[in-house]
Amino acid sequence: MQDIILDRISKSFDGKKVLQDFSATFPAGKVSCIMAPSGGGKTTLLRILMGFETPDSGQIKGLNGLKKSAVFQEDRLCAHLSPIANIRLITPLLARADVMKAMTTVGLQGCEDQPVHELSGGMRRRVAILRALLCDYDILLLDEPFKGLDMETKSRVMQDTARRSAGRTVLLVTHDATEAEAMYAGQIILLENN
Amino acid sequence: MISITAAKMEKKRSIRIWAVLVWLLIWQLASMALNKEFLLASPLRVLERLGQLAVTANFWASIGFSFLRIAGGFFLAAGAGILSATLSARFRRVQELLSPLILAMKTIPVASFIILALIWFSSRNLAVLISFLMVLPVIYTNVLSGIQAADKQLLEMGKVFGLSAGRTIRYLYVPEVLPFFRSGCNIALGLCWKSGIAAEVIGVPQGSIGEHLQQAKIYLDTPDLLAWTLVIVLVCITFEKLVQLLLNRTSKALERV
Repeated sequence: MQDIILDRISKSFDGKKVLQDFSATFPAGKVSCIMAPSGGGKTTLLRILMGFETPDSGQIKGLNGLKKSAVFQEDRLCAHLSPIANIRLITPLLARADVMKAMTTVGLQGCEDQPVHELSGGMRRRVAILRALLCDYDILLLDEPFKGLDMETKSRVMQDTARRSAGRTVLLVTHDATEAEAMYAGQIILLENN
Repeated sequence: MISITAAKMEKKRSIRIWAVLVWLLIWQLASMALNKEFLLASPLRVLERLGQLAVTANFWASIGFSFLRIAGGFFLAAGAGILSATLSARFRRVQELLSPLILAMKTIPVASFIILALIWFSSRNLAVLISFLMVLPVIYTNVLSGIQAADKQLLEMGKVFGLSAGRTIRYLYVPEVLPFFRSGCNIALGLCWKSGIAAEVIGVPQGSIGEHLQQAKIYLDTPDLLAWTLVIVLVCITFEKLVQLLLNRTSKALERV
């Protein structure tokens, strides 16, 4: 694994600059936290790293060939499928028993076979997080992953996320410095409004 | 839970027995008032005629003949509609190429197709072609709308996690497209039977339901005409139920990962 290097990345939408000459290095196997005010370009940056947006200028090194995993701002689950089915859709080789065990650690026991549209927002969020953590990946992109969780659940899920992602490259986008702390972020990058 | 669902289903059912009975009574009274069987045969006379027909091998052979062709046209069009809509969604040029053809199929009167087909081919398999031509644009349009309405956020999720093309189609596209396809099928099922039988009445292929309708017209045999019409309605409803059953099973199968 190698560091991911962003060199003078710029991106505009309809003439409005969202990112301008942004440079950063995300060390391999470490957690980097990106903090910014709303509209500061955090999600655009993640979308560039996910490959959904192309920067207007600048270079990205070290990202090619990496297996990605993500927790999006939205849950992005298949509503008609159960939590287990949603997770095994991405990781079909993972045994059902292993998925159930992982679900228990984040308090999702008892709802394994319910369609996710019947679950509460917090439960769906935990399914989305588990899906990202249980798949095979090199880099984990987290876009405000713990939003909508109550304090107790959040603490439990953050611990589980930190434990399961240890040793992998993680990019955490958040407004909350305590999340960066709980995830043992090695660096915090502040994105300014352009 | 089950009783609530059953009650809801009961409420949702659009055809009520009492309403059917009222219309049958009106039909019976009207035929009694007219008192001329060739103008309007009574429901009882039609049932009697149906009973007479049902014990003949020719009756079942005719149903089989028309069913195979009309249902065949439907399934061929469903397959072609799904395939062409998928290609259209994937390649803009295909959509541009097919758009005028689909529009023509939607707007040209079915009689024009039937006459043209009779000039080109024999009437034996006419119902397959006409059923196909009526169903294809409906399925194509609905499936294309379904693909275009697929959840972009879920598709992005699939890309990030490296979901294979097969799993993307099965778990992300098909559940989105299925309601559109189902709605297209509901429209097309009625269309294929109406147009298929109309084609048989004009083309008069030997051994078809359409041939019996044509003979009933020639001999002013109203009980025969209404008995065969009743058969068409029953076969159409049965076919609709079979297709719905197939779609329900497909939906259920898709929920398994």
